[in-house]
Amino acid sequence: MLLIPCPWCGPRSQIEFTYGGDATLRRPAPDAPEAAWTDYVYLRDNPCGPLDELWYHGAGCRSWFVVRRDTRTHEILPPDGSAEARP
Amino acid sequence: MKRYSIFSLVGNALTGHVHWPRAWRSPEPKKHYDVVIIGGGGHGLATAYYLAKEHGIRNVAVLEKGWLGGGNTGRNTTIVRSNYHFEPNAHFYEFSLKLWESLSQTLDFNVMYSARGVLNLVHSPADIDAAMRRGNAMRLNGIDAAFLSRDEIAARIPNLDCSPDARFPILGGLLQPRGGTVRHDAVAWGYARAADSLGVDILQQCEVTGMRIESGTVTGVRTTRGDIGAGKVGIAVAGHSGKVAEMAGIRLPIESHVLQAMVSEPIKPVLDTVVTSGAVHFYVSQSDKGELVMGGDLDFYNSYAQRGNLPRIEDVVSACLALFPSFGRLRLMRTWGGIMDMTMDGSPIIGKLPVENLYMTGGWCYGGFKATPASGYVHAWTIAHDAPHPLNAAFTLERFAEGRTIDEKGAGPYPWAH
Repeated sequence: MLLIPCPWCGPRSQIEFTYGGDATLRRPAPDAPEAAWTDYVYLRDNPCGPLDELWYHGAGCRSWFVVRRDTRTHEILPPDGSAEARP
Repeated sequence: MKRYSIFSLVGNALTGHVHWPRAWRSPEPKKHYDVVIIGGGGHGLATAYYLAKEHGIRNVAVLEKGWLGGGNTGRNTTIVRSNYHFEPNAHFYEFSLKLWESLSQTLDFNVMYSARGVLNLVHSPADIDAAMRRGNAMRLNGIDAAFLSRDEIAARIPNLDCSPDARFPILGGLLQPRGGTVRHDAVAWGYARAADSLGVDILQQCEVTGMRIESGTVTGVRTTRGDIGAGKVGIAVAGHSGKVAEMAGIRLPIESHVLQAMVSEPIKPVLDTVVTSGAVHFYVSQSDKGELVMGGDLDFYNSYAQRGNLPRIEDVVSACLALFPSFGRLRLMRTWGGIMDMTMDGSPIIGKLPVENLYMTGGWCYGGFKATPASGYVHAWTIAHDAPHPLNAAFTLERFAEGRTIDEKGAGPYPWAH
C-alpha cells in the first residue's frame, strides 16, 4: 500500500488518489514544431529510479500535487523541488 | 537434438530418468555473432529460433540477464486469443494463434496448448453492440467468434452467477472457441531447446550494460560477460524496453507499469473456459494444476518493482467473487507482479529503430504472451530482411509521429489507460 503525502490532508492511502503520470512534461508553445509536440504527447523518459509524478486526491481535497517516488521500490522520496520550480 | 518420443520416455522411465540429455548447452560467449538478441524470454528465444529456422542465420546469441523465462514469460496468465477488432491486430494475433496450434509439433516440446475457449462477458446493451461489432469484424477477418446468450453461458459455466440480480448482470458473451491457454514455461524451454539445436548460443546471467554504436550503426553490446560484437541487434525485453533503448540514445513512447496476477489454492476441475469481463476488467482460468489463475488491471503508476500493492488484489478478488460467488471459500495462494511496456496506443512496437541494424519487439502492454510466436517470427523476418514483414508493417515506432496509432480502446495517449 502506498501512503501518499498529500500537502493538505497529510499521509493518506493510495485508494483515495488517481495517478496523473510524469510531472516534468511541459506543454510546448502552440506554434512549436511538430517534433516538439510529438515528444510532449508520446515520448517519455520512463526512468528506472526517482520520478516526479502527479497525483490527484479525488477522495480528499481534490487537488493535484507532485510526489517524488522511486519506481524501483515504490518508496516515496522527499521532493527535490525541481518539478515544482518549473513554470 | 534427440527427439522426444514415446520411446525416449519409456526408455528413460525404465532407467530412472537420470539419462535425459540437457535441453540446451551453456556455451561461453563468442567474440562476434551475426545477430545478438537481447532478452531470453519467449519473444527473444522465438526470434532466435525463427532466424535459424526460416532464414538460415545460425550464428546467433540470445543474452539473458537472469534465467530463461524468468521475466514476463513466467509471470503472465497464459491466455492466448486473437479477438481483436482492428485489422493490423486481428491479422497479427490470428497468425500467432495459428502458430500456437501447431507449436508442440514444430518444437517437439509439449507446450500444452488448450483450445478451451475465451469468453468475454457482456453486461449492458451497449456491451452487446460492441461485442457483436467486434465478433463480426473478427469473422470478416477469418477468425472464429460466436455470440452466446445468457442461457448458453449458464449451461456452459455453471459456477458463474448468471442471475438477474448479480452485481454485474450477465447479458451474454463473445466466445472465441480457439482461444485458450498455453503452459508459459514450456514456451521458453521449447523455443530454447529448438533454437539451441540449430546452433543458437543461449547466454544466461549475461546482462547487457551498454551498446557500441559507431556513426549511427550498432556494432555490438557491452555485457557483464564482456563485449560481444554483433552484425545486428534485436531487443526483446518488454517491460524494460525503455531502459535498453536508452542505451542506444532512443526515447520510446512507453511507460513501465506493474501488472499483478494471482492464483488460488489448487482444486479439482471447476472451470473449463477462460472467462473475462471488460466491465470489471477481470480474467480467470483454471490451470492444469488446478489453481484458479486471475488478473485484472495495472496498479496504475509507473513501476519497475515486479511487485504490486494490495488495493489491486482486492479489486481482482472482488470482481472474481461478484462473478463466481462459489469461489469465496478458496484461499489465495500466491500473487506476483510483472513489468509491462505500456505504449501510448496500447499496441506493440515491432520493427527497425532509428539506429542502423538495431531492431525491437516490445511495447506489449498486457498482451505479450499470446503474441510470442508471431512476435518472434516477424521480428526475425525484420532482422533478416532489414524491412518489416507485412504483419508488422503497421507496428512501427514512427506511427506515433505520423498519426497512425492503432488505438484498439480509443483511450488516447495515456499509457495506463490501455
